[in-house]
Formats: sequence, C-alpha cells, structure tokens
Amino acid sequence: MVKTEIKLKGLTLKNPVMTASGTFGYGEEYADFVDLSELGGIIVKGTTLHHREGNPYPRMAETPMGMLNCVGLQNKGVDYFIEAIYPRIRHFDTNVLVNVSGSNIDDYVTAAAKIDALEDIPAIELNVSCPNVKQGGMAFGVTCSGIEQVVTAVREVYHKHLMVKLSPNVTNIAEIALAAEAAGADSVSLINTLLGMAINAETRKPVLSMVTGGLSGACVKPVALRMVWQVSKAVKIPVIGLGGISSATDAIEFLLAGASAIQIGTANFIDPAISAKVAKGIVEYCERQGVEDVNELVGGMIV
Amino acid sequence: MKKIIDFIVTEKQSFPRAALLRLKSDMPLPEIRGGQFVNVRVDGCEKAYLRRPISIHNVDYQSNTIDLLIQEKHEGTTKLCALPVGATVNVVLPLGNGFTMPGKDDNVLLVGGGIGIAPLLYFAKKCNYLQNINFLLGGRTQSDLMLLERFRNEGDVFITTNDGSMGEKGFVTEHSLWNTMKINKIYACGPMPMMKAVAKVAREKGIWCEVSLENQMACGIGACLCCVENTKEGNLCVCKEGPVFNIERLLW
Repeated sequence: MVKTEIKLKGLTLKNPVMTASGTFGYGEEYADFVDLSELGGIIVKGTTLHHREGNPYPRMAETPMGMLNCVGLQNKGVDYFIEAIYPRIRHFDTNVLVNVSGSNIDDYVTAAAKIDALEDIPAIELNVSCPNVKQGGMAFGVTCSGIEQVVTAVREVYHKHLMVKLSPNVTNIAEIALAAEAAGADSVSLINTLLGMAINAETRKPVLSMVTGGLSGACVKPVALRMVWQVSKAVKIPVIGLGGISSATDAIEFLLAGASAIQIGTANFIDPAISAKVAKGIVEYCERQGVEDVNELVGGMIV
Repeated sequence: MKKIIDFIVTEKQSFPRAALLRLKSDMPLPEIRGGQFVNVRVDGCEKAYLRRPISIHNVDYQSNTIDLLIQEKHEGTTKLCALPVGATVNVVLPLGNGFTMPGKDDNVLLVGGGIGIAPLLYFAKKCNYLQNINFLLGGRTQSDLMLLERFRNEGDVFITTNDGSMGEKGFVTEHSLWNTMKINKIYACGPMPMMKAVAKVAREKGIWCEVSLENQMACGIGACLCCVENTKEGNLCVCKEGPVFNIERLLW
C-alpha cells in the first residue's frame, strides 16, 4: 500500500490531488463523474463578500491547447454561500476549501472571518491573483507590499489553514511567495492564470469582452512547473502546484519540482473524471517506481 | 445521470459542410430529453482543446445509438465531420435542460434555422402523443435543409430559403403560415438573429415560446461560467440553466 496522505498545517489531504477553484463548481457539478471521496480536496468557486455578476459575455476564447477566460468572479456572495451552498456540500467526504477574493482589504477580511466560523471548511485559498476584476484581485498579488497587507489582515481573523494563490504575472514570483510566507500564509498555491488576449482578425475586435483574460490549460504547464520549482526552493511553507495538469504524469512532475500537493483545473472541462484518474495514476506510478510514500516525491527532481 | 461514454461511429452521411454521425455504444444510454445536448471531445486537433457541444438529433434506445448532425464551423467541428466509420468518439451526455414538453392539446410549431434544425427531430419524436406537429425550417439555400424526409416522418414540414431555391422565399418569420396556422407553443433553435426574430413574432402574437441558445461553452456542466446569457435573473449558464430558455426570461 502506497501512503498518499499529505499533512499540511491544520489540513490533512488523503492524497495530493485537489481541484482548482473556478473549474469544479461546488463539486456537485462533477458528482456524476467523480467519487469526490477519492480526492484530497476540492476548492470551490471564488467567493467574494458581495454578490458579483461577473463580466459580460463573451468570457472565453479557445487557444491552442488552452483557453482564455474573463469570467470575473461571478458568485452570489459569501452569505449566500453559507446559507445555500455550504449545507449541501459540507459533508462531502473530502476537504472542501473556499477560494476567497475581494476588491479591498476589508472585503477579504470580512469574507474570511465568516468562513472561519464554518466548522467543515478546514482552509481557505486566498485569491490575490484573479486577472479579471478591475479592482483588487491581482492588484494585491503582484507586489510584495500588496500581498503582505492582505495576508497580514486576513491572518488576524482567519485561524485555520491559509493558502495563498499566487499570480504568475510578476517578475519574480519567489519574492511574492516569500512575502506571503512572512505575512503568515500556511501554504502558497500557484499558478493562477497567465494574462493574455485574443483578437478576431476578421472583425478586428477583441474576442473577450474585457479584451484581456487569463490563460489556462495544458499550454501553461511548463511555466507553472518552472515557477513551482523556483518558489519551492525559496519558501519553507508547502507549495501547491497547478497549471495545465492533465494527467498523473503531469502531477508527478509538479511533485518532483517541489509541490506538496497539486490542483487540477482546466483539464476537468475536457475530462470531467480526470481528477480521480490522476489520484489513481499517482499511486500506480509509486507502485511501479517502488515509492512507499508520495511525500518522498516532493522536491525529488534529480538535477 | 450524466455519463462519459466512448461511442463508435457506425454510420455516416456527408453533406456540404456538415455530417450526420450515428454513434453506438455498449454502455446503456442515459435518459435523454428533447433539446438536450452532448459535449464531444475532439481528438488530435490542437486548436480544439475543449469539447464541442452538439445537439442531439436522434436517440434510438433499441440499438443504443445517438445521431449527431454536425455543421463544419471551425477546426473542431470540421475534424468531427471528417471522422470515419469505426472511429471512437468520447462524449459527455446528456447535458442541459431540454425543451418543456407540451400538453397533449397544444398546437406546437418547431422552428429551426440552419443546423438548428438538428434537435427538433428528437424533440418531435418525444412529442409523439400530439395529434400533429408542424416544423418550420429555414435555410439560406436548399442544401442547408438536410434530412427533410426524417422531419416529414414526424409531422408537416414548411420551408423557407433566403434565395427561394426551396419553399417560400425569405426568413422563417416571413412564412405565410404565421397568418393562418393556429399555434400556442413555439420552440425555436437556430442562429441568434433568427431566434430573436421568432421571439419578436411570438411576443407580438402573445404565443408562449422557448428558444435554444448556443453561447460558447468551456465545461458544458455549469462549472466554468463562461457561456452565460444575461437574463432577467442575471447571468445564467446556458449549458446548465439552458440551453433552452423561455423568451420571458431573456432580455431580448
């Protein structure tokens, strides 16, 4: 039996596979395809203090081996989440994490404090890296002082595992990660989407309503892998790797680069059952390689 | 219950810029409602990273097959139309809500434009308890109107073409039947301008009307929130809350 349990501060994952926020709804959307109990955790849709309608349609542009989106954090707000959604998903046999976003520090703090009170939510993922909202979002995540401010403020009110999701749209992501660590993050997850855009040459118009959007999917994997490697060398807290992971092999590459756990995002759209397959595939890899504990793989790249 | 099924292409009929694929599987088909759609994976096409949502043209539970009528639009659908008999196709189904079933005394008109005619066939079969079904099918030209014999087997078929090559010349909303036929339910699927025109006629005449939208999707199951339509209730996912909407919920 391969040991797959991953212990993070205040958060134990039965295996290293989680699903990325914004790609897995509230888990319910995937219940026909995936036995959620086979996952280490699910990270539900980005939640803000107040209801957000998100950006206008069109919000998506397909790219070679990937996609751009500018959804813009459409959600009904944290109170709606607590009243209407939390009761339905709190007893899933996996960790349910909430991705929290905001347009100013007070909003982040208020939303995080409300979720702190939810017994069955063991962690939040602080989204300081959404490229699709005009105020806040990525603005906090692209400077050391910005990330320090928001993480420090949330740390004061949030007492469980605090994961901070980093933007790749920076010059030196390791510095940003160090700032998050210094401000009290328990882990960092990376990467959020890469800022990109698409133009329709015939109409000469942008494809996305917001002109720019976040790039995700298989095409971003090499960038994500490199950043996970750089960050894991810089910080002491665990790193959660994501960005284009579409197979167990991809996931193992992230573990070898230094990730303690991984998230599956856009690949869920192409194969709604992929997350559980990756969890199984990691075990098969360990068996084949004679690895007894998945934790042995973390940072195991041989240079 | 939604399923992911590997189908085999067992029969194929090609049309100019379109194809009819019959897909067969050993796995039992889930229950499928008229107006629901499938999400088809496109293998071996780097420009088609995401699945392609395709409406369900027909279902046969006895032979465990579904028929998809696919129009070549971009690289992904062109690749699907080129699939040979014997190819494997990975499909997620059934998705979306489907059309609201009419009452047995309703006088229904199914309006299809271009490839939007596809889901009306299966929906009509599901409505076989009705005394009569009327189809109003429109195309730019005769060759847009495929598989008419299939529709004629299910009801009366009225046709318009923009160039007058078949049926009455003009748009579906210009057909003479609007002046004579007694209708109390309209179901429409086709290009956005056509559906907006049909919705306008329905409103003017006070007729109940559902339309099937095809906003661009990524996930097809209500997770990514890419395919939203701005409605009276705010942004709703066409893949999950639709694709079928009563026009009273829409802003157009």
